Amino acid sequence: MTKPAAPIAINNAIENVLRHDRGRLIAGLTTRLHDLQLAEDALQDALISAMSHWGRSGLPHSPVGWLMKVGLNKGIDRVRKGQSETRKADDLMIVSAKHAERLDDEPIPDERLRLIFACCHPVLEEKSRVALTLRTVCYLTTREIAAAFLDNDVAIGQRISRAKAKLKEAGVAFEIPDQEVWPARLDAVLSTLYLIYTVGYVSEDESDRDLAAEAMFLLRLLDRLRSDDPEIEGALALVLLTEARRKARIGTDGATVPPEAQDRSLWDTHMIREGQEILAQAVERGRPGPYQIKAAIADCHMSRPKPDWQQISLLYGSLWVHEPTPVVALNWAVVMAELGKTDLAVQKIEALGTTLKDFQPYYAAYASVLGQAGRTNESRAAYERAIELAQNSSSRRFLEKKLQQENN
Amino acid sequence: MKYMLLIYNNPEQQPQYGTPEFEAMMGGFFAANEKMKADGVLVDGESLNEPDTATSVRVKAGKTETMDGPFAETREYLGGYYIVDVPDLDTAVTYAEMIPSAAFGTIEVRALMDYNPAG
Repeated sequence: MTKPAAPIAINNAIENVLRHDRGRLIAGLTTRLHDLQLAEDALQDALISAMSHWGRSGLPHSPVGWLMKVGLNKGIDRVRKGQSETRKADDLMIVSAKHAERLDDEPIPDERLRLIFACCHPVLEEKSRVALTLRTVCYLTTREIAAAFLDNDVAIGQRISRAKAKLKEAGVAFEIPDQEVWPARLDAVLSTLYLIYTVGYVSEDESDRDLAAEAMFLLRLLDRLRSDDPEIEGALALVLLTEARRKARIGTDGATVPPEAQDRSLWDTHMIREGQEILAQAVERGRPGPYQIKAAIADCHMSRPKPDWQQISLLYGSLWVHEPTPVVALNWAVVMAELGKTDLAVQKIEALGTTLKDFQPYYAAYASVLGQAGRTNESRAAYERAIELAQNSSSRRFLEKKLQQENN
Repeated sequence: MKYMLLIYNNPEQQPQYGTPEFEAMMGGFFAANEKMKADGVLVDGESLNEPDTATSVRVKAGKTETMDGPFAETREYLGGYYIVDVPDLDTAVTYAEMIPSAAFGTIEVRALMDYNPAG
């Protein structure tokens, strides 16, 4: 009996390679082909070739190396077929011949840093950066991304295509940014990854792909690929110190629990220690920045026996220098109220009223501080407004509980 | 509702390596898999080893009898399966049609029993 090809088994093997290495493959191909869409098409062609080649001879010694080499050739084929200016294809050929030789025995260089910086390029809208990074680097399907953002997958698919086209139009090079633009470009990357994290953190449904885990993966990857940047370390520490409390975030009644009231036995002490160690290492580099400060604030929230509000207030003062935003001012005011300066806190918050109109956390903070100042009626009204604006059931429940306390 | 798409075919009639038909079949499997994944319906899928590697087991009067080879001598053997999670049989059938083996074998579509005596 002839040995039948086992297409599903081969497909599963390919899937397995992709799950671990698709980001690296796309990064490597994009760096050489200079076009993200072309790299993806080329990889797709290589995968179809893999189906039939691997179907006969089994998995090659280095599946990633095989796919990189074949993908590069497929990409060049596509350029040749698609355009009359053969020069470009010839240029790529020279590059690829050198690379193809190397790919056989040498470990494949990890080019994902370039890819992450391209996906999070400031020419793209924030939401596009998020979608493109999740699709390209983390290998989520458009459906999975859409589910996380409560959007439909056609819209997300279009957003991703437009983002790729935009990178091409804008001539974005797949390079690691130079020293002088590094801080601004890194900030775009970190804010994108942090946004991915928070979407995962507040998500209430159990989806297949946990965005918080994807964000931690990306930050760890970033830290590994560029191991001497204190802000990358700061962002990773911030996420670890937040994630460590995730299990305690929502109480048995389904309401959000603020860190100071959480059941500490639910905290992941291992993760806290890791976050603290990474933060300490970052601080030693002597180049402070907003992510390091935010991580330190998260850490002080977990001080025993209660949050170190004095220290947190000082940290907000430092954060203000880097990020003089209304949101920082709002959080700072809440800390002042914890330190007993309730009147000052009310004043500070009221000064923000026009800029933060319709911002749910504004009313939640305002209500809480008014309550602490003994201004019960106004506090109740602010809670009611906050409840109206609440985005999810756990924070709504928390606010309802607080409102009830004010009523009693 | 989950459906199992059982892939039966005659190994002799499957396209052979090196032919354009083989390439088309493998490409077709890749495309079907991608589509099921993108649509979020793919639960599981595996290929089985060749039927002549099968061992059939029976217990008769407390005594185990094993036999080399598949349970029944037929032309078409079970070669693999997918499990898809879809709203109804019609949708399950549209995915069965995408499996290249449908062109030279048979895809049997069977719902997984959702056993709920209380419902």
